[in-house]
Amino acid sequence: MKVRLTWQSSAAWGLVLVTILLGWFGRDLAKALDARWLIKIPSSWVIPFKTRISSAMSWLVEDAAIGPVSFTDATRAIAWLIEQPYELMLSLLAHGFLYGPGPAPQVLLPAASWIAVTIAVIALGHFCRNWGLAAVAGACFAYLAVFGQWDSAMVTLASVVIAVPIGAGGGLLTGIWAYRHPRGERILSPVLDLMQTIPIFAYLVPILFMFGFGPVSALVATIIYATPPMIRITIMALKAVDPEILDFGRMAGTTKRQLMWRVLVPSASQSLMVGVNQVIMLTLNMVIIASMIGAGGLGFDVLAALRRLDIGAGFEAGIAIVVLAIAVDRLSQAFAERMGQIHHTSPGSWAARHKRTVLVLSLLMITWVLGRFSPLLLDYPASQTITTGAFWNDAVKYLNVNYFDVFEAVKVFFLQWFLLPIKKTLLGIPWPWAIAMLTLLGWRVGGWKLAALCGVMSALIAVSGLWAKAMVTVYLCGASVILATLIGVPLGVLAALNRRAGIAINLLIDTLQTLPSFVYLIPVVMLFRIGDFTAMIAIVLYALAPAVRYAAHGVRSVSGELIEAGLVSGCTRWQLLRLVRLPMALPEILLGINQTIMLALSMLVITALVGTRDLGQEVYIALTKADTGRGLVAGLAIAFIAIIADRLVNAGARGARIRFGLES
Amino acid sequence: MLRNFNALGAVALTAAVSAPSAWAAESSDPIKLTLHDWSGQLINTKIMGSILQEAGYNVEYVQADYIAQFAGLKTGDLHLAMEIWETTGREALDEATASGKVVNAGETGLMAIEEWWYPAYMKDRCPGLPDWQALKDCAEEFATAETSPYGRYVGGPVTWGGFDEERVEALELEFEVVHAGTDAALFAELESAYQRQDPIVLWVYVPHWAPAKYDGEFVEFPPYSSECYSDPSAGVNPDLAYDCGKPRGPIWKAAWAGLPEKWPGAYEIVQSYQITNEEMSAMVGKADLDGVDIDTVVSGWMTANKDRWSGWIGN
Repeated sequence: MKVRLTWQSSAAWGLVLVTILLGWFGRDLAKALDARWLIKIPSSWVIPFKTRISSAMSWLVEDAAIGPVSFTDATRAIAWLIEQPYELMLSLLAHGFLYGPGPAPQVLLPAASWIAVTIAVIALGHFCRNWGLAAVAGACFAYLAVFGQWDSAMVTLASVVIAVPIGAGGGLLTGIWAYRHPRGERILSPVLDLMQTIPIFAYLVPILFMFGFGPVSALVATIIYATPPMIRITIMALKAVDPEILDFGRMAGTTKRQLMWRVLVPSASQSLMVGVNQVIMLTLNMVIIASMIGAGGLGFDVLAALRRLDIGAGFEAGIAIVVLAIAVDRLSQAFAERMGQIHHTSPGSWAARHKRTVLVLSLLMITWVLGRFSPLLLDYPASQTITTGAFWNDAVKYLNVNYFDVFEAVKVFFLQWFLLPIKKTLLGIPWPWAIAMLTLLGWRVGGWKLAALCGVMSALIAVSGLWAKAMVTVYLCGASVILATLIGVPLGVLAALNRRAGIAINLLIDTLQTLPSFVYLIPVVMLFRIGDFTAMIAIVLYALAPAVRYAAHGVRSVSGELIEAGLVSGCTRWQLLRLVRLPMALPEILLGINQTIMLALSMLVITALVGTRDLGQEVYIALTKADTGRGLVAGLAIAFIAIIADRLVNAGARGARIRFGLES
Repeated sequence: MLRNFNALGAVALTAAVSAPSAWAAESSDPIKLTLHDWSGQLINTKIMGSILQEAGYNVEYVQADYIAQFAGLKTGDLHLAMEIWETTGREALDEATASGKVVNAGETGLMAIEEWWYPAYMKDRCPGLPDWQALKDCAEEFATAETSPYGRYVGGPVTWGGFDEERVEALELEFEVVHAGTDAALFAELESAYQRQDPIVLWVYVPHWAPAKYDGEFVEFPPYSSECYSDPSAGVNPDLAYDCGKPRGPIWKAAWAGLPEKWPGAYEIVQSYQITNEEMSAMVGKADLDGVDIDTVVSGWMTANKDRWSGWIGN
């Protein structure tokens, strides 16, 4: 056994070595053999997926019809349906009800006053839980007013108010359908996989074609992006309902519908709320990307700031998104809790029972009437706003002027000794060899099924003509993941072993995770300018969190008996960590790395904005040229890379768990 | 009731003061103008929008991408694009007008140049410039750690097109094209390099403040011809197309084909609209260098040029 193992591992190391050598010298080798096809796939072998998808798309948009109703008419009708409530919310919260043409249209009714909205939020907080929540919600909205983000924030809020119910409700219904029809679930599952791994940019173009340019398309894209977790959680939550409750419901003679809505859904409401929370978070995550195709609001402010490289403005708008997210999230959680409780109707007139509603409505009326005389009641005075923009700009300027050489040295060091060698190796490996190695790896860790998956998906990437770009993607993503792991895992271990450090690290990770991904880009671009290094830093920052969290969780959950056993056999602290804790936590750490890879891939598309040259850039180009096929093919290639990585790492983690006897 | 009456009165008033009444009777739907990602275009579009508003039209600005907008212009989701550059947008514009769903609304009066540009101090390090042949011999002078031993050329955001990768290959230049993600990043590179006299060659366009602020020149490539782009055998390299410089020429206005019917008055204003390179460069400089808000720059132009734009509305 021992001998075979060493033979196997030496064979594995040998293959790795051959691969690296091929990477370094593959180019020369291909030249020497006069076989350029080894490095670059001949264009005659490339299957033109993108033109086929594009023409299918233009057929769909221009010619497809069911009877007299063309496909475009149907999608435009949906767009119209969504637009009506959205316009209403937008008028109420942000623009006011206007009438008439020209530069100064007649204001029929101004937008709701900032005072009225803030009070309404406070009242809602008090209604849902207590004064504590009311204070948090009120403070969040006051922040928006004081920091001059009010108008944009209300535009964003209007889209959240529309997108979240549609996303959560649609997700719930789809989830219920899949729960009732197991075959539906089997079809749905891979679709959800793809929806979550294809970068959002890739499906923005088809959406633009179907729903038209403007905020409605942005809303539709947001809903598509935010719904999958809700569907998954619904299916899981319904399945997890105690079978006894189910039987009880049946015995009570409920119809199918009653069983679902009166028994199952209420019992699962706790988990369902987690799904709603996810929808809210993803919706707010999406606001910046949505602003690329016409959504206004805070997202557009961040994007515009990034384009101007105005770090202060971008940062403030980014923080405002976070603040809004906190307020909406806390309120919705409390609201759901409150709805779950049983209420006794107190006696008295309607007005007496709804004091808060009456208060808010009358306040709205009063501010509308008095607002005619004092604009202060309607709009927060611009002169009273605070801005920290100058501070951030100055800080970056100071760093740039005084430490330019240091930054440059760090950048060059990383490029020469870390990034470029990896890039050169990966781009040099002949593609047939790479596919063969991937297949072999899949077979080793997960059997022939995984081998087939790896082989077919990587071959598909190759014949779509995107091999070089895919390798650049793997390189950027891989380098970032290595760095994130090197930083994240030690941090996680430290957080698990030292309580005080744990609190500080948790705070850091929470902050990193709530900030919208775009916000990282701005300061990094200012300090390191455009290029791969900048992209890598932004990706590391964004993808660090799961590496830390899973490592900490893994180390914490090592069983006490094992630690004791280690102590008894005389381990030092260091040995305990190296020989007991880390090996036992390995499966968890691997899962963390898996999540890090997924986040890194999703960030890649965003770093296209700072000039990387990978699949993300391909998707971005397709978006800006409205080229459906090109975007979807590149998006699918990214999804394939994600799926291959996910399956390989998961299989590896399972292997590790089996080896340590944690799973059979 | 009173409020309704007021509203009606206001409409009548605007109609009476600012425009011949026939125009105010045109559709009150908003005319949708597209916004892109560089300051000059934002200013240009907002000036046009302000003039249309003064003439009594409703206007809406929509964020859309430079090339992607044609899809929207064809369907009528978008109505007016103010800057289609001869240099980068001509093929897309021709393709769109050929479909009959988009019309070319004439020149803006701006003349575009887009080309490789270097600061004057690079001439000492690479004496043969501005002739492009010089780039062949001193590519290494332009190298950075990332691209070494190749020289680095900083291109515009990929969305601007420009065929620089093809140009590098066709002219056998030992350069690597690095795309700046945004307009601002592009000129931040220039600013940063210029301050430290670091080597750089990058995409600069006119009308813009950069050639006025920094001392430098455009590289002189073999002059553009349409054959050079379409026919590999034409030009310096017999095997590859794009072996020449970029085209130069006017910046066009493009509109949805339904615009002249739906808002005939507005279309006349759009056609009359003219602005000069000098004005535009100055305004872009104000916005980008002095950090003046774009809306302020626009309203500044509107006040200073009241007679000019009133004339466009009038005739």
